[in-house]
Amino acid sequence: MKIEIEIDGKKLQVEQNSMIIEAADNAGITVPRFCYHKKLSIAANCRMCLVDVEKSRKPLPACATPVTEGMVVRTRSKLALEAQKSVMEFLLVNHPLDCPICDQGGQCELQDIALGYGADASRYDQGKRSVADKNLGSLIATDMTRCIHCTRCVRFGTEIAGITEMGSIGRGESTEIGTYVEKSLSSEMSANIIDLCPVGALTNKPFRFRARAWEVLQARGVSAHDCVGSNLHIHHRRNKIMRVVPKENEAINETWISDRDRFSCEGLHSEDRVTTPMIKRHGQWEQVDWQTALHVAVEGLQTIAQTQSPSHIGALASSNATLEELYLLQKLMRGIGTNNVDHRVRQSDFHYQQATALMPTLPVAIADIEQQDLIIYIGGHPQFEQPLINHRIRKARDNGATVIMINPVDLKHNFDVSDKLIVANPLLPRALTAICRALSEQNPDAKTSAQELLQSVTADDKHQQLAKQLLAADNSLILLGAIAQHHQQGGLLHGLATLMASLGNSRVGLLTPGANATGAWFAGAIPHRGPAGLNVAKPGLDVKRMWESQLPAYLLLNLEPEHDCANSQRALKALHNADLVICVTPYKTAAMEQYADVILPMAPFTETSGTFINIEGKWQSFTAAVTAQGESRPAWKVLRVLGNLLELDGFNYVASTEITDELQALTANINSDQQINKWRYPSQLPAVNNGIERITYWPIYRSDNVVRRSVPLQNTPISDAPVIAMSQTLAEELTLKAGEDVVVSQVDTSITLPVKIDNRIAGNVVYIPAGFAETAALYESFGSVNIERK
Amino acid sequence: MVATREGQQMANANKARLSDSAKAEIDAWLTKYPQEQRRSAVIPALHIAQDENKGWLTTQLMDDVADHLQIPRVSVYEVSTFYSMYDLEKVGTHKVCVCTNLSCMLSDSDAVVARLKEKLKIDFNETTADGKFTLREVECLGACVNAPVMLLDRTYHEKLTPEKVDKILGELE
Repeated sequence: MKIEIEIDGKKLQVEQNSMIIEAADNAGITVPRFCYHKKLSIAANCRMCLVDVEKSRKPLPACATPVTEGMVVRTRSKLALEAQKSVMEFLLVNHPLDCPICDQGGQCELQDIALGYGADASRYDQGKRSVADKNLGSLIATDMTRCIHCTRCVRFGTEIAGITEMGSIGRGESTEIGTYVEKSLSSEMSANIIDLCPVGALTNKPFRFRARAWEVLQARGVSAHDCVGSNLHIHHRRNKIMRVVPKENEAINETWISDRDRFSCEGLHSEDRVTTPMIKRHGQWEQVDWQTALHVAVEGLQTIAQTQSPSHIGALASSNATLEELYLLQKLMRGIGTNNVDHRVRQSDFHYQQATALMPTLPVAIADIEQQDLIIYIGGHPQFEQPLINHRIRKARDNGATVIMINPVDLKHNFDVSDKLIVANPLLPRALTAICRALSEQNPDAKTSAQELLQSVTADDKHQQLAKQLLAADNSLILLGAIAQHHQQGGLLHGLATLMASLGNSRVGLLTPGANATGAWFAGAIPHRGPAGLNVAKPGLDVKRMWESQLPAYLLLNLEPEHDCANSQRALKALHNADLVICVTPYKTAAMEQYADVILPMAPFTETSGTFINIEGKWQSFTAAVTAQGESRPAWKVLRVLGNLLELDGFNYVASTEITDELQALTANINSDQQINKWRYPSQLPAVNNGIERITYWPIYRSDNVVRRSVPLQNTPISDAPVIAMSQTLAEELTLKAGEDVVVSQVDTSITLPVKIDNRIAGNVVYIPAGFAETAALYESFGSVNIERK
Repeated sequence: MVATREGQQMANANKARLSDSAKAEIDAWLTKYPQEQRRSAVIPALHIAQDENKGWLTTQLMDDVADHLQIPRVSVYEVSTFYSMYDLEKVGTHKVCVCTNLSCMLSDSDAVVARLKEKLKIDFNETTADGKFTLREVECLGACVNAPVMLLDRTYHEKLTPEKVDKILGELE
């Protein structure tokens, strides 16, 4: 309900339960503040927002005073200004006058407000208090003497990050903000406190002393690491990226970004960057000009296409590549005459690819996740896969939603899970089938073609109870995480989740890895469908079969198969045996130098224009923040020239936006009648192997080539060295002890990893991270492994 | 009081853990508060932990209290550093807390303080060499009617005089 109030003579219609400061902000009236932040709870402890309210005997804090009908507020009356100036004077008593050496200088709320409300000189002439700095880890620098105790960082921890690590220690004059014990912050969103801090107490550690706020130029960017597509402001100076900060977008990332989005830019200037084209001649790498390198690449591709067959060439791309790059890659391959193009490098199961929707999307907008009554999350760790989606799930939980986890590992979340079903990884399909059976028993009206499959399992009380909760919810959502998607039965799990949704009146959403998996599907970077879901006559090879077929030629786009692929050893074998491997990549790796023949340096996401389609289907285009380093070029240009040299039609683009427009026009072609979502369920579940199974996950800071090279991220407490985790029961069965090195082998290779005991892992399953040099030698990411004492 | 670095190191050297009987005592307190507000029991819980550890709290004990109450550890540190009744560094067997606020001062708490310092041979916030006494200057103890006042461990001693101080200390020795 709206009521009328007056602020500074302006009559305003405002929401009844709002505070004066919100009404003023909405009306564009500035009230100075430090502790108030629209996304945090009200603390009213800085007192900077004192305003003059008629009929009140003294000034009132605008952030904590609710509006009432007919209220008359003056924000700049004599009383208000005097109060504000007095508060300012108190805040400055202990604040050091070190703006010239403070990183916050020029972008500091205290500095700005002191300019408007501070006195010319301080009347305080005694010693100022000093506070020892705290070590909060590799991301956040501290100068706690500057702290004014607004407690925004403390409230952020509890309310947004979901992990209370900072607090107000001591009292009165000796109050300090800190962790009490020395502790690096472990939240995946921790660095947002840098933006929240209104003074220079918490600043960006890697950015420290690198540039002044007024020296940098600001470019708009989109996060290239998860399917959320967080909006970024990229700050650069003299053609070098200095730092990344969030760009507010209420519908996507609100005012936050994850630490991965903020600090991945530290990996952009890594020593591994390739800035000149390179070819391998007689086993030796040579730096050459573009013409030579492209010539070698084209000649190689032509030779194989002519002497063997175009279908002997395979192209693989990262799902972090832009829409334009992926579109040109598939156009190139299809122009040569093959459908062997794929981006689903972490997936193990492609059986049901024809049944899936044209592109993976969420059935609701990202912002609407928080409005759900019930969310079932299957297989994965949302906090460390999609931090900002996890934030929305957490908000849904706060709003009273039921959040159910179905996982092979009882992972820790930063919210209380309402209910969970923890099953050994190979039994995940069985568990979902059992829930489907329970659903079909409880909801007999729903028809399904999977009756035979459902009859093959039994549903116990737990399954019945989960089914009951799903049926009772009006607004529910089933989300599939990374483990479910990469699972050896990933296709079936997707199908079963779809069945659950249709029997339980719910909807399914996939949370895909990378920034642009949705875009990759739309662009046609899949072997079985063309751009905009166009049917292809004869599907090409999927990732798995491209590796297994040991093709003579591979074209890799923005990919490091040894770190990025599900079956890294199989990939390495295929690449080593190939006659021609062309890598279009921003970085080189030791392995790449072994298997590649041509390295074409491409610009990473900050140095190219392009588009990402996020998981809610939103197209977000961006331009290059800085020009490409050295001789590297945006990959769309590289692919365009490759197309020209191969004399293919339709590669005459002048700008990347022409490609975007061409794709935009294709959206009209999407044929809704296509044969999709017609799942053909098997009559029974595949047999379960009794041996020891491996689950592979990509830790948050090993997720892609840029992130892996960000040193500050590698030094956080959530970046652990690789270990093999297993339950106590399994360790005892194998007579292994925690910390002991074991030999983990698959087929004909083995690696050595230390054992970690983790009783959250169900069954005879070991949990091994990927994205490390140490684990690259393993085969199938989901499959049986042998474990022996060293 | 915020613990000093040395104090913290010393605290970390003390390996005392919260005992089962202390946990049982804390559980008894928990029944007095709503189930979802376990944090309410933090003050009595810290007292229990402190009493068990010769009058002071180590970081380990605070962590144990936090884990037992299932609340963030820093929330316990916030409470223990806020209240002066919790000691985060090793203290004497007996804590002598003498009030020097207005009413006590007017009733000559200075003489009481002088006698305490003379007898114990320590200043405020110090502990005697034999580890028996720690002397504290505290704010109003809320017994102004019988000023000057001091709190010795858990007992109030009122209407103090230097002679009374001798007697009280003498009885302890």
